[in-house]
Amino acid sequence: MNELEDLSTNKVPGSLDQVGITLKYTFIDYFRSRRFFILLIITLLISALLTILVGYYRPGDFLLSDLSFYSSWWGGAVSFVIVLSGIFFGGDAISGEFQNKTGYFGVPNPIRRSSIYVGKWLAAFIASTMILIIFTVITVGNGMYYFGLNVPYQFGLSVFFAWFYLAAVLGFTFFFSSLFKSSSISILVTAILFLFAFTLIETLVSDLVQIEPWFIITYGGGIVGNILAYNPLTGAAAYPVHMSVTTEHLARRTITITSFAATVPEGLVIIAVYFLVTSVLGLILFERKEFT
Amino acid sequence: MLVTLTNPSIEAVNLSKRYGAFVAVSGLNLKLEGSKCIGFLGPNGAGKTTTLKMFTDLIRPSSGQALINGVNVHTEKKKALASVGSLIETPEIYPSLTPREALMMIAEIRGVPRAERGKRIEEVVSDVRMGEWMDKRVGKFSKGMKQRICIASALLSDPTILLLDEPSNGLDPRGMSEVRDIVKSLKSKERLIFMSSHLLSEVSEVCDEVAMIDHGKLIVYDTIPNLSAKVSGGENIVEVGLQRPIDTGLVTKRIASIIGVVTADLKDDKTIRIKFSGGQDVQERLLSDLVRMNIGVISYKPASSELEDAYLKLITTTV
Repeated sequence: MNELEDLSTNKVPGSLDQVGITLKYTFIDYFRSRRFFILLIITLLISALLTILVGYYRPGDFLLSDLSFYSSWWGGAVSFVIVLSGIFFGGDAISGEFQNKTGYFGVPNPIRRSSIYVGKWLAAFIASTMILIIFTVITVGNGMYYFGLNVPYQFGLSVFFAWFYLAAVLGFTFFFSSLFKSSSISILVTAILFLFAFTLIETLVSDLVQIEPWFIITYGGGIVGNILAYNPLTGAAAYPVHMSVTTEHLARRTITITSFAATVPEGLVIIAVYFLVTSVLGLILFERKEFT
Repeated sequence: MLVTLTNPSIEAVNLSKRYGAFVAVSGLNLKLEGSKCIGFLGPNGAGKTTTLKMFTDLIRPSSGQALINGVNVHTEKKKALASVGSLIETPEIYPSLTPREALMMIAEIRGVPRAERGKRIEEVVSDVRMGEWMDKRVGKFSKGMKQRICIASALLSDPTILLLDEPSNGLDPRGMSEVRDIVKSLKSKERLIFMSSHLLSEVSEVCDEVAMIDHGKLIVYDTIPNLSAKVSGGENIVEVGLQRPIDTGLVTKRIASIIGVVTADLKDDKTIRIKFSGGQDVQERLLSDLVRMNIGVISYKPASSELEDAYLKLITTTV
């Protein structure tokens, strides 16, 4: 065998460096994309709507205390912002590589598929975090307008939980994105699950079967709002009880409603398990999936 | 990882790909080695793209191995593909990126030294004539423009092996010609190029050898002259273009009787198709005899393509 002179001075970077490279260019793509601006506009619209409504109507729930303000403002909307971020940035992140054929540009290079997956996940996480930060800043700005510098520590915890929940939601959406080759199907299924199905299942399981829905991600994500719960009479912090049974008498019927609220440790575990399991499963699926 | 080059090689060892009952590639054994260009031919669905995808980690073999420089692509992908540039199907690039950014991403992934990246990108973009589009977003490009950028991407790290799946696909005639020129220039740089194509004229022009595949099985792998000789039984065909119409009798009697000529027919009233046996000496004598007949010879060239004849004889189905 003839030996050829090695003219190559290329040294293929390590997998971790390649994660960073994928992250950088995917983030540039996300940042310039229409979807980033659409999500930004939605977030700004939600914030503007809340600002106008609270400023004009001065609802008692919002202005009872600093905690009630952050609970009503942030607790009510942040889950929606998180789920939308997951759908916008994660819904087609992997399925798009197959359907749009962008995978044919990157995958046939000396790079592990796991580096591409993790890099894209981090890019989506950073882009979503930027949206979350914008919503947080607007929330705090309004809170300061009404309550000065009195930002309750529960809000800080809620922001942290929201960020953690965002990671799990993105893990989940990336998993679904790996499962389907069609971008529209993966986006649709993710949207239906997070916006309707999970909440519906959670309610049905709690109310009808009286089982704690610990296996549903949105139940664990409930701690984002629960940590900001307050007593409606005093406005003081009042974390919801883990399980409550309410009996209602309606005409000749008595209805018993059972509801559950995840405790903070329980919520954190549910979020962490969802993040780990869906991330690993999504990665395995992407590793095995073929560009046919 | 610094790759120490030996003779560049691509090897399929009992390589198979099955989708349920359908066998896309069946026990392919093929070793390509050295600095040359090999055309990969076969009808639609023969398994060409599937084979190239198995060499680039886009799909996994059902059994067998895809080796590059002796390294298994599926167990040591980074090492195996470190010296490979590829273009499979028509890749899309993230639409918000510019060609400069997309190529910079590939340069970084492939470990092109920082100091050389900018210069290399300028060079390959210039090779594919996309210099003026360097900083425009790819999302607005036509299919042909994206294909040019993808070709540039394949060349970026100056790889020793190139796997090209119909590289002219989507290009205009000038683009096709430029791709042929690029491949020819790579041959002079001692590269191993494995290129699938449906354009037999393109393969004839740039490739030294061909591998033909049908129904997932290798039919033949040889040099183009050897293949032509095998298929034609040592006979060659030339077409002679004339300035004026010629009498049929002259063709069938005088030209057909020239030494070495097997048959002579009129393709149309100004073109004679001559089948002859023998090498270039016979061909030279035939030409001089024809000129001496004063029949108005204005062109003299191999008929259609030897490769096309071989292809049509070896590949009998279209799907």
